[in-house]
Amino acid sequence: MQGEVFEALKGLAPTLGGEGAQIADLQRLSGGASMETWAFAVVGGRGREELILRRRSGPFDPEAARSVSLEIEAALITAAAAVGAPVAPLVHLARPQDGLGEAHITRRISGETLGRKIVSDPRFDAVRPSLARQCGAILAQIHSATPPAGLKTVDALEELARYEEVYRSSGAERPILELAFQHLKKHAPPPRPAVLLHGDFRNGNLMVDPEQGVAAVLDWELSHMGDPAEDLGWICVNSWRFGRSDRPVGGFGEYRDLLDGYVAAGGEEIPLSRVLYWQALGSLKWGVMCLMMYASYANGTEVSVERPMIGRRVSETEIDLVTLLENGL
Amino acid sequence: MIDHPRAEELLDAVAGWIDSVRSDLNPRDAFLARVAANALSVVRRELLQGGAAEAVATQRLSELLGRSGSLAELNSDLCARLGEGAMDRDTPGLLAALKANIVDQIAIDQPNYAPEPGRAA
Repeated sequence: MQGEVFEALKGLAPTLGGEGAQIADLQRLSGGASMETWAFAVVGGRGREELILRRRSGPFDPEAARSVSLEIEAALITAAAAVGAPVAPLVHLARPQDGLGEAHITRRISGETLGRKIVSDPRFDAVRPSLARQCGAILAQIHSATPPAGLKTVDALEELARYEEVYRSSGAERPILELAFQHLKKHAPPPRPAVLLHGDFRNGNLMVDPEQGVAAVLDWELSHMGDPAEDLGWICVNSWRFGRSDRPVGGFGEYRDLLDGYVAAGGEEIPLSRVLYWQALGSLKWGVMCLMMYASYANGTEVSVERPMIGRRVSETEIDLVTLLENGL
Repeated sequence: MIDHPRAEELLDAVAGWIDSVRSDLNPRDAFLARVAANALSVVRRELLQGGAAEAVATQRLSELLGRSGSLAELNSDLCARLGEGAMDRDTPGLLAALKANIVDQIAIDQPNYAPEPGRAA
């Protein structure tokens, strides 16, 4: 597969780096069953530029998929950049004649994405206290962006219904998840106008630089339209605090800073209770996802040791949910 | 009691072997080896704590629901009552019983997990 990708990129090199440009250091970074990420450089008259290729290897079913097409992802990156949000800028959206299939190329931004390092490595001590406020400001920018066509709109009750169906079909009987479903359905906040959401804005999808803080927001594939508090709550889910549960925003900051940064950058006032509601819904979603990853092992679809072990992470979401309920959610 | 060796000694031996080969593995297998070692730790804790945790969980649910039964039966009954709204967050004793049970469960699954802080904390 490496050869196929290299050949296609070689054909694109003049477009990317000018006449005579070469492709160098092509390396597969990661990839699941359906998506590949490659790092490479283009070296030409303008010097060397580090780039990232994202490419879909399997077929894409826009009806069934939770994620957006790479073409929409490219449009999202461009829309977010237009309102000043930090992104890895789009360099090229693959055309059919490029031979890459569904793919796009962005600049490679340097920094750290590993959540555990961001919350605990001394290299980030100086920038860490400003990250929550910065995240609030970035979300206000994203939420103000003009959404590309073709995004789904999902509110709290629809999201709960979708995950409840998955939970029911798993056959699991987990009282805390059951209680959380019933409680969140009964206490859904009043609807508000849907805005463009990142959809997976959490510690782990942020490229963080030790000096400037958040240098790029990555992984736009779960973007959709919905309640702004969904994005604000997702980054507060305890499963992305990497051991620093005392710092509710991503394991690095405080709710107040997140919400102040949001308003200071032009976002609407959002009550903390609404953020906590979506945080709980986020824990519940992650719990159901962990159950499903176990199920993919149990039914023989996946054989790795990783899948069944993720099933033992359901209990982390349950202890967080019951604590949020005790706290008065 | 089956011994010479006991089950947890066998687990320790396998965990020790995984540790000894980990540094020679490619990054993906090194990651999976770490996951495998973690899985053995879960099994080890479950062997040692699981029986007592299940017994006390059964007792807590039995008191909450006012009936007897196996843990699976009580769990199922509790889920049904929650699902139909016969019990909810404000039911006396519910959150305390669920919290106590999940604390015992996480002590097996992920003893180092730092849970969401309580409001008083």
